[in-house]
Amino acid sequence: MIHARNISKSFGDKVVLREVTADFKPGQVNFIIGRSGSGKSVLTKCLVGLLEADQGSVTYAGNPTDRDFTAMNSRERESVRHEIGMLFQGGALFDSMTVRENVLFPLMMFGKMTPEEMETRVQECLSRVELSDAGPLFPAEISGGMQKRVALARAIVMRPRFLFCDEPNSGLDPQTAIVIDNLIRELTHEYNTTTVVISHDMNSVIEIGEHIHFVHDGQILWTGDSPGLLQANLPELEDFVYASDLMKDVRKKMLSDG
Amino acid sequence: MRALVTELEVIGVQSLGIVALLALFMGAVIAIQTAHQISGWIPAYAVGFTVRQTMILEFAPTIIPVILSGKVGSNIASQIGTMRVSEQIDALEVMGVAAASHLALPKILAGVLIFPFLVVMAMALGIGSGAWVAVAADLSSMSDYQYGLQIDFKAFDVIYALIKTTIFAAIITSVSAYHGFYTSGGAREVGRSSTKAVVYSVVLIMVANLVITQVMLT
Repeated sequence: MIHARNISKSFGDKVVLREVTADFKPGQVNFIIGRSGSGKSVLTKCLVGLLEADQGSVTYAGNPTDRDFTAMNSRERESVRHEIGMLFQGGALFDSMTVRENVLFPLMMFGKMTPEEMETRVQECLSRVELSDAGPLFPAEISGGMQKRVALARAIVMRPRFLFCDEPNSGLDPQTAIVIDNLIRELTHEYNTTTVVISHDMNSVIEIGEHIHFVHDGQILWTGDSPGLLQANLPELEDFVYASDLMKDVRKKMLSDG
Repeated sequence: MRALVTELEVIGVQSLGIVALLALFMGAVIAIQTAHQISGWIPAYAVGFTVRQTMILEFAPTIIPVILSGKVGSNIASQIGTMRVSEQIDALEVMGVAAASHLALPKILAGVLIFPFLVVMAMALGIGSGAWVAVAADLSSMSDYQYGLQIDFKAFDVIYALIKTTIFAAIITSVSAYHGFYTSGGAREVGRSSTKAVVYSVVLIMVANLVITQVMLT
């Protein structure tokens, strides 16, 4: 469980987050959704400590200290960070390393395994994302979808208790996006991770979203589950959810079905 | 350790060609220019003496690092800058890796370790090419050139040159790593960081050169 309390963040005069409070549930795919510029990426960066919140607290429940993450110094944060995996929007694979070396990297830095155990774990993770044979390739030699899967393998290699996925489907074709979505859902349930997905892809939200936060203008305006999302009576949320023609058709069908 | 070896190869081995080329031509040019200035009352051994002093005191330890700031400095800044804009540095930080030291330290260490070797090589090649041109173009005899190389030789000059080089190496690698690390934006900003890295490195080398020379040679 991740508890975020009263998170505020400004850049100069521009207020991006206004006292955001949210809980992210363990063993579930938690979504942060919202329009571009609504503050969801800034919220995520505040949660993982890539940005310092101006005020508020973040607690990763169950970590050895169980303290406010934002109040920890960098050394204290390290122990929490070893329990966090993150899939970045562009994959963020180290382009000077092969696929195998990318997945191996966190284990080399922080793992307490023998070289043989590390190799076994890397192969497990690569086969989990169906890329067993891609180990010797460099990121530039594989497709965008494969890069996302390698990044996911790297994110789970340390068996994290908390998994963040920033726009996991951006730039992917619909079929590959479904593969990534399914992987995220399966890994969440398999490892019982607290997964936080940042997205504005409604297909993903409806497909795998279990606990959803809607961010608008730096505030969380709505929280609920996937079925509730389609029936919520909130103008800002309706504008967001039913922005596409496809979703408008879904709504018409829902209304006609009663 | 592996990162250090990689950086030694990138910063050092891959710079051998340009350093050798520059040193060979500069040594030859200095020999010709010196011979051209010599009139009857300046002894012929001045060719060897001038080539030695120029290569050891200034060309190898200062001009070679200035040129390498363009090659090595821009490489470091653009590499780290690209890692920043493609979120690779964010990925390191989320994992709990101290990204700044993880990325910069092997480069700084490699620069400090390998630059003195490059500079000594430049000294030797410059002095050698000066000798070849002096004899081949009949500007000076080999014995005069050798006498010029030996006359009033101070081993401290080489130590001074190596100390300068080491400091310049630290300046180039750390300034470039800094500019790369604090890149924000996209490809244009990576290019801008790369340019800044070279300009700031060269300016700092010039200032440091003046200070070090004042402190060590007066």
